[in-house]
Amino acid sequence: MEKQKQVITNRVAFLDKKVPFYTSFLGIAGILILWEIISRIGIVSPLFLPAPSNIIITGWEMLVSGEIYGNLTASLYRIVLGYAIGATFGILIGLILGFFKVADAIGTPIVYAIYPIPKIALLPLFILWLGIGELSKVTIIALGVFFPVVINTFSGVKSVDPMLIKAAVTFGSNRINVIRKVILPGSLPMIFAGLKLAAGTSLLLLVSAEMIAAQEGIGSMVLHYGNLMITSKLMVGVLILSMLGLIFNRGLRWLEYKLIPWKE
Amino acid sequence: MSVVIENVGKTFIDSKKNKVMALKNINFTIEEEEFVVLVGPSGCGKSTLLNIVGGLLSPTSGSVYFEGIEENPNLGIVFQEIALFPWRTVFENVVYGLQEKGASKKEQQEIGNHYIDMVGLSDFKNAYPKQLSGGMKQRAGIARALAVEPDLLLMDEPFSALDAQTRTLMQEELLTIWNRTRLSTLYVTHNIEEAVYLADRVIVLSRHPGQIKQIINIDLPKTGRNDEKYRLQSSKYADEIWQLIRHDAEEALKE
Ligand SMILES: Nc1ncnc2c1ncn2[C@@H]1O[C@H](COP(=O)(O)OP(=O)(O)O)[C@@H](O)[C@H]1O
Ligand SMILES: [Mg+2]
Repeated sequence: MEKQKQVITNRVAFLDKKVPFYTSFLGIAGILILWEIISRIGIVSPLFLPAPSNIIITGWEMLVSGEIYGNLTASLYRIVLGYAIGATFGILIGLILGFFKVADAIGTPIVYAIYPIPKIALLPLFILWLGIGELSKVTIIALGVFFPVVINTFSGVKSVDPMLIKAAVTFGSNRINVIRKVILPGSLPMIFAGLKLAAGTSLLLLVSAEMIAAQEGIGSMVLHYGNLMITSKLMVGVLILSMLGLIFNRGLRWLEYKLIPWKE
Repeated sequence: MSVVIENVGKTFIDSKKNKVMALKNINFTIEEEEFVVLVGPSGCGKSTLLNIVGGLLSPTSGSVYFEGIEENPNLGIVFQEIALFPWRTVFENVVYGLQEKGASKKEQQEIGNHYIDMVGLSDFKNAYPKQLSGGMKQRAGIARALAVEPDLLLMDEPFSALDAQTRTLMQEELLTIWNRTRLSTLYVTHNIEEAVYLADRVIVLSRHPGQIKQIINIDLPKTGRNDEKYRLQSSKYADEIWQLIRHDAEEALKE
C-alpha cells in the first residue's frame, strides 16, 4: 500500500510577502485619475474641486508670472529662520537641562508649564510686543520648534546609557568631553526625532501666522484666493505646502542618515 | 607597584530605605603582574568591589590605593555590559583612551592597530559595534582597555554573555594576551572553572554581607593549564571553591 504523504507548508509565509515598489505610486496615480474623471464629467463643480490638470496649468502660470516666487521666498525666509533659531536653542537648552542637575530642577518645570499652550494663541501677544512685521511670525515659529526639540533633547540626554559615561570617564574623559563625545552623539537619535516632529509644527504655525497677519506668503495666498473663490489657485498653494512638508521631511531624514550612520 | 584594598566596606540604601551591606571588611593586595580572580555567587558584591577599585563608586568605609607609583594610576576596565560607544568604529573605540591622553595620530595608529591585531579584529577595524557578534564586541572592549597600557586591568564577567564555546576560546585568548602583557589584573566571575583556569589567586566571597571567605593560591603554570596532566588538580581546586560557595549559591537561588 502506498504511504500517505502530508507536506508541511510554511503557514506564516504571508509575514515575508513582498509588495512591488510601484504599488505606492499606483495608489496616488489612481486617486489622481479618478479625481480628473470626476471633474471632467462635471459631477462636482470646478469651483469646489478643480481638476488636477487644471491645477497644474494654473500653477505653471503662477510660476511664470512670479507670483509663486514672491510668496514662496517670504514663507521660506520665515520658516527657515524660525526653525533654525528654535532648533538651535532647543538643542542647547535641552543639553543643559539634561546634563546639569540644578538647571534641570529650575528649568524643566518651566518648560513643561509652557509646553501645552497652543503657540498660535500667543501670536496676538507677540504682535503687540514685536509689531506685525516678520519678527512676530519668526518668533512664533521658533517657539513652536523650540518645545518639541528641547523636550526630545532632554529625554535624549537622560536616555544615554550611564555605562557609556562610566566607560568614558574610565578612559580619561573630563566633563566637557563626556558631553561632547558621549552625551551629544548618544542623544542625537532623540534630537532628530524632535527635529522631525518640529518640522510639522513649524509648517502649521507658518501657515496660521500668515493667514492671520501677512500680506505675502503661501498662507496668505491660500487665504486670499479662498476669499475670492478662485479654487484652482488656492489648490496650487496647498500643493506647494504639501511639497514643502515632503522636502523638509526628506531633508531631515537624509541628514539623520548622514549623521547617525551607526544606528540600525 | 601594588594595589591595596584596605578595610573596604559598602552599604547601599535600597529603594525602601533599608540598608543593604554589600561589602564588609575587604582586605587584600594585588601584586605586580598578578592575576587575581574574585569569585562568588551572584549578588555577593563582586561588581560593587570592582567598581570601587575602578573609581566608579565610593566605598562607605576603607580605601583603595596604589603603592609604589609616581603619577596618577592608569586604569583599563572591561565592562560586563561591554559599553562600546555605538557611534565609534572598532578602531575609534580602541583608541578612545589614547585620544583622551592626547596621543598623536601616529601613536594612535600604531598602538591601536597593535591591540586590534592582538585580539584578532583587524578585518573589523572600521566596523561599528552593531555589526559585530557578541564575542567580537567583547574583544574590542578588551583591546580598548589594553590600549591605554593600564597599571591595573579590571574585568567584570566579560564573557558571561557569550555562548559556552565562544567563552572557552576567549578564555584561552585572554591567557595568551595576558602572558604577553602581564598586567596586574582583577577579574570578576561567578564561574568557578573560569576562575581556576585564569587565576594566580582566587578570592572567594560570601554574601550578605560580601566578605572574603577564603583566598586560594592556584599552583598551576600559567600556560597549558587545560592540559590533561593538570585536569585532576584543576578539578580539585574547583571542588574546593564550590564547597565554599555552595551554601551561599543555594541561598541566592531562594531570593
Ligand atoms: N545601586 C545599588 N543600590 C542598592 N543596592 C545595590 C546597588 N548596587 C548593588 N546593590 C546590592 O548590593 C549587592 C551586591 O551587588 P553586586 O555588586 O552587583 O553583586 P554581584 O556583582 O556579585 O552579582 C546586591 O545585593 C545588590 O542588590
Ligand atoms: Mg555583577
